Amino acid sequence: MRPIANTRSAAGIPTGRLAVWWVLASEIVIFGGILASYIMFRLSHGIWADYAANTNTMIGATNTFVLLTSSLAAVAAHAAAERGDGKLAARRLVYTILGGGIFLCIKSYEWYTEITHGFTISANGFWAFYYTAAGVHASHVIAGMILMAFVAKDAAKNAELHRVELVGIYWHFVDVVWIFLFPLLYIAK
Amino acid sequence: MATAEVATHHDDTRHHDEGFVKKYLWSTDHKIICFQYMITGIAMALIGGFFAYAFRMQLAFPGMEVPLWGVVTPGDYNALVTNHGTIMIFWVAMPVLIAAFGNYLIPLMIGCDDMVFPKINRLSYQIFLLSALVLISSFFVEGGAFAGAWTAYPPLSSTAEYSLTPLGSSIWLIAVALEFIAFLLGGINFITTAMNSRAPGMKLYDVPVIVWFIVIASLLFMASVGPLVAGAIMLLFDQNLGTGFFDPTRGGDPVLWQHLFWFFGHPEVYVVLLPAIGISAEIITVFARKKLFAYRTVLNTAIATGVLSFTVWAHHQFVSGIDPRMAHVFTISTLLISVPIAEMVFVYIATLYGGSITLNTPMLWALAFIGEFLIGGVTGIFLGASGSDIYFHDTYFVLAHFHYTFFPIAIIGTFAGITYWWPKMTGKMMNDTLGKIHFWGTIIPFNFIFIPLFVLGLAGQHRRIYNYENFPDLALDWMFDLRIMATVALLVMIAFQVVFFVNVFVSLRNGKKAGNNPWKANTLEWVAPSPPGHGNFEELPTVYRGPYEYSHPDREEDYWPQNEPA
Amino acid sequence: MIEYFLEQGSTYAASLDGVVNLIGVLVGFWFMASLGAFLFLIFRFRKKPNQKAQYVTGYEKHEARWVHWPHHLILVCDIFIVIGAVQVWVDIKQTLPEEPEAERVRIISQQWAWTFVHAGPDGKLDTADDIPMIDELHVEVNKPYIYELSSLDVLHDFSVPIFRLKQDSIPGRVITGWFEPTITGEYDIQCAEICGIGHGLMPGRIYIESSQKHAAWQAQQAPIALAATAQ
Repeated sequence: MRPIANTRSAAGIPTGRLAVWWVLASEIVIFGGILASYIMFRLSHGIWADYAANTNTMIGATNTFVLLTSSLAAVAAHAAAERGDGKLAARRLVYTILGGGIFLCIKSYEWYTEITHGFTISANGFWAFYYTAAGVHASHVIAGMILMAFVAKDAAKNAELHRVELVGIYWHFVDVVWIFLFPLLYIAK
Repeated sequence: MATAEVATHHDDTRHHDEGFVKKYLWSTDHKIICFQYMITGIAMALIGGFFAYAFRMQLAFPGMEVPLWGVVTPGDYNALVTNHGTIMIFWVAMPVLIAAFGNYLIPLMIGCDDMVFPKINRLSYQIFLLSALVLISSFFVEGGAFAGAWTAYPPLSSTAEYSLTPLGSSIWLIAVALEFIAFLLGGINFITTAMNSRAPGMKLYDVPVIVWFIVIASLLFMASVGPLVAGAIMLLFDQNLGTGFFDPTRGGDPVLWQHLFWFFGHPEVYVVLLPAIGISAEIITVFARKKLFAYRTVLNTAIATGVLSFTVWAHHQFVSGIDPRMAHVFTISTLLISVPIAEMVFVYIATLYGGSITLNTPMLWALAFIGEFLIGGVTGIFLGASGSDIYFHDTYFVLAHFHYTFFPIAIIGTFAGITYWWPKMTGKMMNDTLGKIHFWGTIIPFNFIFIPLFVLGLAGQHRRIYNYENFPDLALDWMFDLRIMATVALLVMIAFQVVFFVNVFVSLRNGKKAGNNPWKANTLEWVAPSPPGHGNFEELPTVYRGPYEYSHPDREEDYWPQNEPA
Repeated sequence: MIEYFLEQGSTYAASLDGVVNLIGVLVGFWFMASLGAFLFLIFRFRKKPNQKAQYVTGYEKHEARWVHWPHHLILVCDIFIVIGAVQVWVDIKQTLPEEPEAERVRIISQQWAWTFVHAGPDGKLDTADDIPMIDELHVEVNKPYIYELSSLDVLHDFSVPIFRLKQDSIPGRVITGWFEPTITGEYDIQCAEICGIGHGLMPGRIYIESSQKHAAWQAQQAPIALAATAQ
């Protein structure tokens, strides 16, 4: 027996989707706090532009492309789930996870190079924000990949297909956060 | 997203016995989770109260060997006040008012069988419990518990050589962060449940005020805590990874933390205030047999207060080195907030007009909430006005002011709620005489603790100083008399809490059976059996009218339950 | 209300106390009025046998005005309070006295002591006759002072209750402000921001002296300070 609470929809939006939107709302203010602090500092410290010159815009742009492509796969997975094709949805989710994996590999390479050049988290304020903001974002990428693995496992058995959409919404959010981080940390020099 | 598993495993468990662990420790039933939060919160209140006892003894009798603690050293003193504040706000007011009452009341009052995400609900409590254990563990590490005040201003909190609590600071921060995660999970559950799972026929204006207020409080929490979570990550990195976000010698800014902290810290007051004031709305309407005066105005004042509370945070920082021109903006916004809050209090007072008032234990608590909160409210004006705050900042006047808001919230509001919903929670009545003894034994000493502290604050006594003998102007005899008076009153108040626990045990053993609706109240929880089983209602209710139709002229009975067809 | 407990020791103490009293009168009125109405209603409408409560929605005009009028009046009171508070704030925090008459004093806070650098006989800081003192601030009555407040480690707060003055010190910044003592005597300086384990052991004292006494103190201290700097 399903609890009645789950089946009602007095607000007209499915419960799961409603909850994901609220999760994102609470995440927005967390990233908002980091980014607002960063922007305040950036505006009052002209020298940070020089520090930012050491970031690798090429790698950042590549990662933006990878993440956007993985989001496309998530959209495709949702489309498959809408049609009831769980197997295809699961396969497309795996592509999305792969995209996240490539993103993290590139990121590790990038951080490795930077750290070996002496740009560590404690180097100065800019690098502290660079690693903190990107690190919190990366932890969301990892969390999203783990969630998607579980959803894909169910979807392959044609179960819980509505979750493909929910995890997709979350993944798009992770994507959007990166789209804010990329210009702020890489392009603004 | 745990819906599906729940859907498959969730049976109607009312009729078969489960093991103790499954029934009480690993339950997804919102009522059991309420009890878990409530009991953990009360246990933490005992710890926080014990801390208050230890440092109040030190203040009244400097240097004495405090029974059960020993000599309070300056380091001990700072750790005690820090953790007293942290525990009372984050581990008592939040879990009891939002989480416990929210869990118990939302599904019952909107007429459904559980939260929309029962497993996430369980997870939320487990993370909360973990956070409490982490916090307590900080007392047993090298260097002791964090001692930099609950506001944790860097560089004191970010640098071990300044704070001398190398591990305590980080453990404290991790505990607070875990607690935030627990309440974010819980809050999302509350909001989604209240939005989506209302009983058929229940329109937005048929939702009881307490449910509205818990939802608004959850929204305020969600919208305000983010920057502080970000700040906590930054502070944790400052402590452990050598970053300098708040370190002025390395381009950081210690005042940034204060902005992040108070951007959350001020709305947080309303996060815990709203559930408490909502509880008193429910109780006052029932025991005055009155319709709530201007229900929509009440909602509007709560929303206005919530929105305004995001614009006032820097009134905590008038003298902390912000641009002095900013003080004007924050003075105006802070004084503006007095308008909706005063209006809410007026509405409550107006609700009493023309009533038929029964002064039993829950009603006494609910009325005392209004009376005492009024003192907390009016004294806030002195602190919100920039000019006078120069003097009052960080004196005992501030301390007495916010205890006159937080004590009504966390203690009076909680006892009001417990004594009112006790028959529903346990199926037994509490003893009214014992309840009244406990009430007067708490309220009278409470005023004798904090009115002397107002006076000391006016005389210039600063906070967080472990021994006033070091300050000649503060070591006068009459000042020590007032400090001793406050401490003795605290001891009396603590002693009277025994009456409450006696009442609880007597009621559980020998209490009169309550029946479904002992108070003749309208809201849906009184339709369910007392205590409700897993799944709450025997037959899920349909709603036909608002929650406060008491003494309607067309009816002989003076109440009109929400689920009764016209 | 404050003046009952503490002397008014600076030029702006009386105006700050005035704002506090203004707020006291206004909120005192609202407090007594609300509490009076509240208690009266509780006693007037106690439950009586066979009497039903009235059914009042609160939406009718003649009902709602009981809440709306007080609420507008509170807004009016708020305006008076804002005006008073802003005046005092501008005077204490946004004004500085003219430099030649006013003397500068440097206040350095650290865990857990105050260092007060007095300008010495020549009235100028950063000269050879500066008089640094630990936990003791000596000032002359009826003379404006500009303080330069800084911190060496964590946040502290320079608070002189008889002046009604309070200002946080922040490492990495120098914050300026002013005061002008109006009475003589010896009073507490407190640190009003928690600054670690010794926060309760950081008591400074301010000595407000007549000009003769202050000159005598300077004459006594300046040679010692000079000798110390010469070494």
